[in-house]
Amino acid sequence: MSNSIVSINQLSKTFHTNKDQVQALRNINLDIQEGEFITVIGPSGCGKSTLLKIIAGLDLDYQGEFLLEGKNVKGPGIDKGYIFQEPRLFPWLNVERNIAADLNIRDPKVREKVDELINLVKLTGFEKSYPRELSGGMAQRVAIARALLRNPKVLLLDEPFGALDAFTRAHMQEVLLDIWKKNKTTMIFVTHDIDEAVFLGNRIVILKPRPGSIQDIVPVVLPIPRKKTSESFQEIRLQVVNEFEKIEALQSAF
Amino acid sequence: MSEQVKTQVNSLEIGRNRTKFRWKFTKGNDFVIGAAIPIIILAIWQIVGQLNIVSPIFLPTPTAILQTFGDLIASNELGVHLGVSIRRALIGFLVGGSLGLLFGLLTGFSYKAQYVLDPTVQLLRMMPGLALAPLIILWFGFGEVSKIVIIAEGAFYPLYLNTFMGIRNVDNKLIEVSKVLEFNRAKTIFNLILPSALPNILLGLRLSLAISWLGLVVAELLGSTAGIGFLINLGKQNSVTEYIFVGIIIFAVFGKLVDSFVRILERKLLSWRDSYQG
Ligand SMILES: Nc1ncnc2c1ncn2[C@@H]1O[C@H](COP(=O)(O)OP(=O)(O)OP(=O)(O)O)[C@@H](O)[C@H]1O
Ligand SMILES: [Mg+2]
Repeated sequence: MSNSIVSINQLSKTFHTNKDQVQALRNINLDIQEGEFITVIGPSGCGKSTLLKIIAGLDLDYQGEFLLEGKNVKGPGIDKGYIFQEPRLFPWLNVERNIAADLNIRDPKVREKVDELINLVKLTGFEKSYPRELSGGMAQRVAIARALLRNPKVLLLDEPFGALDAFTRAHMQEVLLDIWKKNKTTMIFVTHDIDEAVFLGNRIVILKPRPGSIQDIVPVVLPIPRKKTSESFQEIRLQVVNEFEKIEALQSAF
Repeated sequence: MSEQVKTQVNSLEIGRNRTKFRWKFTKGNDFVIGAAIPIIILAIWQIVGQLNIVSPIFLPTPTAILQTFGDLIASNELGVHLGVSIRRALIGFLVGGSLGLLFGLLTGFSYKAQYVLDPTVQLLRMMPGLALAPLIILWFGFGEVSKIVIIAEGAFYPLYLNTFMGIRNVDNKLIEVSKVLEFNRAKTIFNLILPSALPNILLGLRLSLAISWLGLVVAELLGSTAGIGFLINLGKQNSVTEYIFVGIIIFAVFGKLVDSFVRILERKLLSWRDSYQG
């Protein structure tokens, strides 16, 4: 409890549109310890992005309590790295300048860290390339490096590998686990993919929709690197699938 | 299925190669092909003139125009007039363009400034410059000032409008990124808003320069004692039609040169753009 980095108590969020209102989240309770790798999974529209944006400080309009390191969050910032679903690079900057962004690339300290990160996300040789010259996966890796340069305490990732093919996706998962092991960054990773959730997370938060609330939290106590074909992996995978079926049964009951 | 796709891809590649090959082959001939029609017209023009079918006062022959061109260059008259015109256009453009840029930045960055200034600017914009010219001359006289005001008035709007639009069209997704990365106010302006507004600003620059050049024609034709427009007027008054043609050609060639210069600037500054570059 004392070293929980994120603590969420009875968090609810309602969107008010012109005519009606949509409750996107209801009574979320979640404590995340430092250095955890949390994966969040749930059907489309269940409030995953909404939850992530609240944790990032991009959305301050919610009910209930959310504390980051015991303090209220007043807005977005570099301590809460955010990887959007799209890379969102600055098209007029090359790779190394995109990673540096507002920092001066000619500062030797920045230079050194940028080079280190380019190496880590395996983009050596593309330092001077512009976003239009990169593949989707490469651009996403630049976005990850850009967030990591700021040494975030928490890294929030919103379906970052959603648009990647299976091969690039597997590679990126390895890269992300490498980073996690090296930097001990707390990760909150939203995904649609059950395999990905089991492969990366040490806990899987399963959300159910209408309104978005926590269906179950499944711990994954498997050594890393995990083998997707191993029996223990499949066991946990099945557990998640079962929860999904419960959600589905609940949905069709309406 | 995949075989079909493959052959399609192959034929596409062959097609591309072929066009590339032909392009290279004809590149030297492009100029000749493009120049064919003007050359034919010039030839007919010359013949018609030499056969005395049309009076040379209405339509001097191309060689006569060329001769006058040469004379005007040799006597340095053309250089002087051109210098006067370029100076006017440049001053007018610098005054109007920089005011347009300044006001565009102001209204772009501040909603208050927008509400105060933009309605007035939009109203003024709707007044045709040509109709304003007599009033400007009435106020500022026939001297240099009124000419510069006429040019500046035209040069103001394109830079104003495009600068404003460029600033307001910054991608909200990138603004969110700048918040997550904790850009300060200066970094937000110089590392995000201005670079993404740059394509629009350069477009405004191009249009402003073009309008300055057109404004110059209006200003000089309305009355001047030097400049390319004066040369045209001189030709009209003394029935030296060659002067009119020389003046028109100069206006066209310089307008095109200025436009090409900004295009090169665009290509250099906006090489990061991922869009059709022509
Ligand atoms: N700005 C908004 N205004 C109104 N309603 C919104 C807004 N953003 C999200 N919602 C609603 O909140 C709910 C949750 O949306 P959210 O984007 O968090 O879903 P998600 O779980 O991320 O879905 P997906 O997996 O498809 O990305 C949805 O029902 C959506 O309609
Ligand atoms: Mg989402």
